[in-house]
Amino acid sequence: MDSIAKKLQQRSLSARIERRGKLVTQCLTLLIVLLVLVIFAFIATKGVAVFTKDRGNLWTFFTGSTWSPDKLDIHRRPLIGALPMIVGSFSVTLLAVLLATPFALAAAIFMTEIAPKKGQQILQPVIELLVGIPSVVYGFIGLGVVVPFVQKLVGGSGFGIFAGALVLFVMILPTITSMTVDALKAVPRYYREASLALGATQWQTIYKVVLRAGTPGIMTAIIFGMSRAFGEALAVQMVIGNAILMPSSLASPSTTLTSVLTMNMGNTIMKTTANNALWSLALLLLIMALFFNIVVKYIARKGEL
Amino acid sequence: MKKLMQYLGVLGVGLLILSGCAKSPGSKEQTITAVGSSALQPLVEAAGENYNQIHPNAFVTVQGGGSGTGLSQIQQGAVAIGNSDVFAEQKKGIKAQNLIDHKVCVVAVVPVVNKQVAIKNLSLSQLQAIFAGEITNWREVGGPNLQISLVNRAQGSGTRTVFEQQVMQGRTSKRAPEQDSSGMVRQIVKKTPGAISYVALPYLSSDLKPLTVDHVAVTAKNVQNNRWKIWSYEHMYTTKNLNQLTKDFIRYLLSDKFQQNEVRKMRYIPIKAMRYQQNAQGQTTKL
Amino acid sequence: MNPKRVDKIATIVIYIMSGTIIIILLALLLYILLAGIKVVNWHFLTSASKSFQAGGGIGVQLFNSLYLLVLSMLFSFPFALGIAIYLTEYAQNPKLTNWISSAIEVLSSLPSIVVGLFGFLVFVINFHLQFSILSGALTLMIFNLPLLVRSMEDALQSVSVSQREAGLALGLSRWETVIHVIIPECLPSIVTGVILAAGRVFGEAAALIYTAGQSAPPLNFTNWNILSLTSPLNPMRPAETLAVHIWKVNSEGLIPDAAAVSAGASLVLVVVVLLFNLLARFVGKKLYQHLTGE
Repeated sequence: MDSIAKKLQQRSLSARIERRGKLVTQCLTLLIVLLVLVIFAFIATKGVAVFTKDRGNLWTFFTGSTWSPDKLDIHRRPLIGALPMIVGSFSVTLLAVLLATPFALAAAIFMTEIAPKKGQQILQPVIELLVGIPSVVYGFIGLGVVVPFVQKLVGGSGFGIFAGALVLFVMILPTITSMTVDALKAVPRYYREASLALGATQWQTIYKVVLRAGTPGIMTAIIFGMSRAFGEALAVQMVIGNAILMPSSLASPSTTLTSVLTMNMGNTIMKTTANNALWSLALLLLIMALFFNIVVKYIARKGEL
Repeated sequence: MKKLMQYLGVLGVGLLILSGCAKSPGSKEQTITAVGSSALQPLVEAAGENYNQIHPNAFVTVQGGGSGTGLSQIQQGAVAIGNSDVFAEQKKGIKAQNLIDHKVCVVAVVPVVNKQVAIKNLSLSQLQAIFAGEITNWREVGGPNLQISLVNRAQGSGTRTVFEQQVMQGRTSKRAPEQDSSGMVRQIVKKTPGAISYVALPYLSSDLKPLTVDHVAVTAKNVQNNRWKIWSYEHMYTTKNLNQLTKDFIRYLLSDKFQQNEVRKMRYIPIKAMRYQQNAQGQTTKL
Repeated sequence: MNPKRVDKIATIVIYIMSGTIIIILLALLLYILLAGIKVVNWHFLTSASKSFQAGGGIGVQLFNSLYLLVLSMLFSFPFALGIAIYLTEYAQNPKLTNWISSAIEVLSSLPSIVVGLFGFLVFVINFHLQFSILSGALTLMIFNLPLLVRSMEDALQSVSVSQREAGLALGLSRWETVIHVIIPECLPSIVTGVILAAGRVFGEAAALIYTAGQSAPPLNFTNWNILSLTSPLNPMRPAETLAVHIWKVNSEGLIPDAAAVSAGASLVLVVVVLLFNLLARFVGKKLYQHLTGE
């Protein structure tokens, strides 16, 4: 009797495994959330030091155009005008997205609407291969091909926003394309059938129905592309010229947040103003990444309604 | 599936434990890390390889990252040697009195131009005016009618500090495109018509055109006699209680055999050959 | 203009633009191939690199890249699978799940240089792991996790509810259902996801410069003592990878044949990534056939 009662009261083996499994996966999830929080906290504390410890001015940071953190201005505040980098980062990103979006849309339409079979066989692997080419390699091709090309086309040294945008264009093209493909595939089949049944041509169907219905997904794809372009470091750094100057034209050397960060980190001493100022750029990059994510979430929610 | 997971788990834990032990290897193997100046990196790498051939149990890990990283790391005691192109006194935030300076060799910095620029010589004041942004066309210094495009090194990099100290002498450089490595400077000067920049002598390659300054060419002899004035020491900084391997390794770097062979071959200048010395303020005096 | 005409023109434009993308890729590949093919030979693939003479190879770097990849996958695979299982099977609060996935997503859009510096200050300096494969693998894990979790989540979710219900109806616990029913079902897509992530990680440079280091001490491939610094398996030795090597010879290298070495190494890198892609397709297909018995 006793042994049966015991057996009934005890958890079965599979229940124990179940509990253990749940616990382990829960812990792992907790761990990654912790990791994310630690990284955020780490970058945030390092990033605000220049404002709290070294008396940097937040207003100067966003509007000033002189970046030499180891020198002081007349108010004895460090010169941390990050506007040239901010403008550089945004213009490279926007230009790259403007260039890439039409191509990505065309490729996605080709793969989902016009010739799905050919798309699967040819375009799909091409897009996947483009993702696979490492950014160092993109950088050197940019230096060897894109910069001389821009030099011939626009004049000047060839280094600048235009060259950076051209390199980024190829780098973010696959991201935007594959996500747009997903978005268009998600548009229900009967939308298309209904439109065609009304006598619309294929292009009318694509333009007036499929693209409209897929807009939230396409927007998400574009924002993802932007976020990737915004954070890219090595490839852009090689072709943008790295002059901390307000860009005066598309082919004048300028710089981005990531390239200032990469270039100067090794030349500064930890915990000095110059080093803290660089971490504030890292914090700005993190905030932008967060911002892009929030926008994506917002669009996704709007799209559901 | 579960077995696979367990296997992976065990393997992971095993590796972690092993790596924990690896920090203090039971064998006689010893290792030191040298971090910092990228201009000095190739020389220390070569020295490390040679040293390892003589002493098979001693390993020297060499890491670049810039003079700033080198000085930061040695100050924190995170590495054995911090390589730097500049005196520790010149860097804000470094307490130089806590470090020992080992000057291992001298490096010259030379202005270089794109091959299309038909100019061989500049005076020091012309060079200064070009980098300050006062002269913007090669015509003004007797060259072709061609826009000058400046290429600078990143702010705070060792090579730039040396160049500004000896050439700019306190004047500020014009804000211009910056590159974070000699290799990039080399590629860009090679490809951009009208470009001028400067590189450390070991990085001077045949696709660049070196300039003479006040008709003095950059040769080992001219540097030794201070006729070529744009030079500085390569420093290896250690903390005050350095271990035996670090001591022996630096001694090997300073040995006549290494200084006369590898140092010269890589176009650094042996420290003992110098007839002049420089202090942290950039003043040069005869020995 | 009549709609038929517009339709035609639009179709042609789309054909041209899609064609342009293909041409861009072909041009890229051709450029890399032509630049690198003269350099790549058996000697180049197997010998050690030189610090200032010509004629060095990339053998050690190639091995380092692969070893680092394997190690970092070993760390992140079970980790990511656990998280994905929790998020798809156990988490009950959809708001919380959503929040966690966004946190992981942000991790993936962090610039790699920032992650590299984090790894440097935390793993290399604070944990005293030095410039080592282990530091590099842990840093790469930060990149790997978001990619893996995302693809595994998608894979797990793609399995239909009826499969889960069938498992539960047989009296299996949730965990057993996941392990014995769901995962085998979506194993092909998990494997594809892993291999594609591997390709991305293989080319990563910025995050490794400050963590796995820039020096590749010569290895002794007959030395299997894992604690020895010349042993290829020692996770505590500094290890320059292929992508870092390309970056280094171009930025601070003194070797006279830097251009050739970087062209050759780029070619090898791209070919390996290509192989990963092909492998992903092949393994995915084979596994699918094996599991479905087709």
